[in-house]
Amino acid sequence: MEFEAVIGLEVHAQLLTESKIFTPSSARFGGDPNTQTDPVVLGLPGVLPVLNRRAVDFAMKMALATNSRITPLNTFARKHYFYPDLPKGYQISQFDLPLCTGGYIEIDLEEGGRKKIGLTRIHMEEDAGKSIHDANLAGEDTLVDLNRSGVPLIEIVSEPDIRSAREAYQYLSELKQIVTYLEICDGNMEEGSLRCDANISIRPVGESAFGVKTEVKNMNSFRNVERAINYEIERQTRMVLDGERIVQETLLWDANAGVARTMRSKEEAHDYRYFPEPDLLPLEISTAWIEEVRATLPELPRARRERLAKQYGIPEYDAEVLCATRDLADYYEEAAKHCGDPKLVSNWIMSDVLRILNEQKIDIGTFSISPQRLAGLINLILDDTISSKIAKAVFEDMLTSPEEARAIVEAKGLVQISDSGELEALIDQILADNPNQVEQFRSGKDKLFGFFVGQVMKATSGQANPQMVNDILRKKL
Amino acid sequence: MSHLETALERRRKYLAGEFTLRDTVDRYLETIEKNRHLNAFVRVNAEGARAHAAEIDARRAAGKPLGPLAGVVVALKDNICQKGQIVSCASKILANFESPYDATVVEKIQAADGVVIGQTNMDEFAMGSSTENSAFGPALNPVNPEYVSGGSSGGSAVAVAAGMADISLGSDTGGSIRQPASFCGVVGLKPTYGRVSRYGLVAFASSLDQIGPFGRSVADTALMLSVISGEDPGDSTCVPAAVPDYVAGLDSDVAKLRIGLPEECFGEGLDPEVKDAINAVLDKLRADGHETVPVHLRMTDYAIATYYIIATAEASSNLARYDGVRYGVRSPRADALEDMYLHTRSEGFGAEVKRRIMLGTYVLSAGYYDAYYKKAQQVRRLIRREYDKAFESVDILLTPTTPTPAFRLGEKADDPLQMYLSDIYTVTVNLAGTCALSMPCGTSSSGMPIGLQLIGQPFKESELLAMAHKVEGML
Repeated sequence: MEFEAVIGLEVHAQLLTESKIFTPSSARFGGDPNTQTDPVVLGLPGVLPVLNRRAVDFAMKMALATNSRITPLNTFARKHYFYPDLPKGYQISQFDLPLCTGGYIEIDLEEGGRKKIGLTRIHMEEDAGKSIHDANLAGEDTLVDLNRSGVPLIEIVSEPDIRSAREAYQYLSELKQIVTYLEICDGNMEEGSLRCDANISIRPVGESAFGVKTEVKNMNSFRNVERAINYEIERQTRMVLDGERIVQETLLWDANAGVARTMRSKEEAHDYRYFPEPDLLPLEISTAWIEEVRATLPELPRARRERLAKQYGIPEYDAEVLCATRDLADYYEEAAKHCGDPKLVSNWIMSDVLRILNEQKIDIGTFSISPQRLAGLINLILDDTISSKIAKAVFEDMLTSPEEARAIVEAKGLVQISDSGELEALIDQILADNPNQVEQFRSGKDKLFGFFVGQVMKATSGQANPQMVNDILRKKL
Repeated sequence: MSHLETALERRRKYLAGEFTLRDTVDRYLETIEKNRHLNAFVRVNAEGARAHAAEIDARRAAGKPLGPLAGVVVALKDNICQKGQIVSCASKILANFESPYDATVVEKIQAADGVVIGQTNMDEFAMGSSTENSAFGPALNPVNPEYVSGGSSGGSAVAVAAGMADISLGSDTGGSIRQPASFCGVVGLKPTYGRVSRYGLVAFASSLDQIGPFGRSVADTALMLSVISGEDPGDSTCVPAAVPDYVAGLDSDVAKLRIGLPEECFGEGLDPEVKDAINAVLDKLRADGHETVPVHLRMTDYAIATYYIIATAEASSNLARYDGVRYGVRSPRADALEDMYLHTRSEGFGAEVKRRIMLGTYVLSAGYYDAYYKKAQQVRRLIRREYDKAFESVDILLTPTTPTPAFRLGEKADDPLQMYLSDIYTVTVNLAGTCALSMPCGTSSSGMPIGLQLIGQPFKESELLAMAHKVEGML
């Protein structure tokens, strides 16, 4: 029997607002433990939440970017459970009237074509703090850090439209790209600003009813999401083939061991006792507010990829690489604007620029060569001032120098020799100095052509126009 | 209690330079000491009050401007946060909790030059109708200490009735200001939900709680209401409506009013002595040209059930934070996580609080939510609608505050249902969200005070207070 996987993802994204969702205390990552708190964050007796409307702006951007329907009257709800890093004993979240419903995220399938992954809902909520069980820090105790408590989150719940671990990966990548383009979340899974839980079941191909699902948590990288889902699909398939019943449970992914372990069974599942948050008024979202937020939306990744490929005549693959982040795409477009060959700009960025970013472990934002300077360098190749090979050397110099490419080339006397008279005289001299090699070449040893080119380059410190050297050599030999 | 000066009288004399506030505080501290047996205060801040009083005296001496509460000594219910003070809600679980911040009302009182003298006794977490549920023992009725002071703001009522403070603050979730005011023979005002900021009021039932004043006159509660009312960016449920000068509004001419008498509040269970006292007032009102009309609040039958579902549901949620992790008392028997919760909460909370947490947890549980909580919210909407409808034909409603005068200590302590019924005339006001006050209107044969309740339209405290002021003048 053949099976197909049915997967839905629940993704939590931390919003990059200055302050927390229900209090003005700072929402920035880091800081000494329990320094980014106040009476509201600590859940002291008598405190009340007040909604940060900036967080709603951010959440609405995601709603609009995923073509969701925004709920005109939102409500908040309390979700109860006891845990030391949850100060109030409940999390303020949304339940029956969430921010939005019915959107989708489109992914590119590896086998070609596209697929829309439906979104059940996106809702706003507050993050919990962190419990630290690390024996080196806490010994036998558990320490609690509430800096993260109250940081705004959106939870993006997908429909069970995903059919493979690869699709889940693609969906997550697209989602990350959208939130980073919107500049509402840094998308960092390792630091936990983007978190993903997966609901997974399998069913015989052709069956429309759902199988019993399990929920897998604790997958803290894109790769681990893929690994864990594959693991769970294989486990469920094996169980069904062995005639065993799958039980509804929550599993924790152990990345080191490469296995998912039972965290709690269905019977142990929490009863969250949701009820409307009486301390917050229902949130009205007017059309005017929606339009105000819509006006701030940037071009989204998919649209930008398509535009770049079309506008600059570059391959789709190039567009995808260049649009990986908004800053990189901005960099490309700025460089392309100042340069006559957009494909050559793309080549330079994809090979040389990305290599340096990778080596230096930096983002394009802190890269030392501005797009204008890169364009200047490439233009020197296009107008035959320097060869590509010289350009690579100039590029290396530019990494540590604020000078324009042209200034470096001039200061170092690297301007290409394209004077045919000068080159002909030089080549005549080289041919006269190497009569044996000339003899051998003429008797059919074609490989020696490179030797002559090498001699010319050596004599000119690589500055001879390679095309002209080739032409003159061919003529004279 | 009429032999004691009102806050407004004291303020006038203070501004006229007849006494210093520093001496006043000492005199009040003596009164508190003398009345220690009444157990009205759980904490007295003698040093802080003396220092603040001296500072205001100095400003008066320097001829600097003084706030509207200058000359007035204030007591706070022990669930209203004051920076640097223990705020325990009369519970063991918060016995060591020192608030690092001021409630909005405390900020306003201090900005108005009110001197806070201490925290008053209450039913634990404001859950109760007699102040017998206090971890510090009951507050006793100053008229006769064998009787309860009422609750949950019993200590605040006693403090004002016995002259230990000029004005006090309480909180009213189902009658917790009006019922003890009635039992102790003072005026107690529950403002419209959203009139006064709840920021810094330790929550019992968030959609019902409201802070309000006790005073020895209607005017004194008006004075305090003017100070503590108004929008607060720290409380989203606090309404941005303009705050009138409630004291100035008192003498505005009260037109001939249509006074609604809800029949459900005059039937079975009403003590004949209370009924007579109310009728005597009604006669005077009619003689004064006001019209009384019978109205129906048929939902009153469901009020107690509705109230105890909504209030306990919210309480079970609001009290989840008392887990011994960040503040408050953690059980020494807490070895593992679950033990910490179990022992801390079992040892820290009293019986009534635990009863309500369990009730509230139950009504919010999966499978029961629709039958209890959701249904109760629907009934609550009907109650609101009934009030709206009643106010289409009458200006104000008048009822007894409670079915009986104060009962004896221990009389209802073992029968929670009987205890809950003492709030029957007051709870619907909280469910409807409107304003009401209780004022003295007579004395029973056993000498205990009888209270009458006036219920006003939402945010029409001015009209409510003006009417009450008029009734006060008739008695």
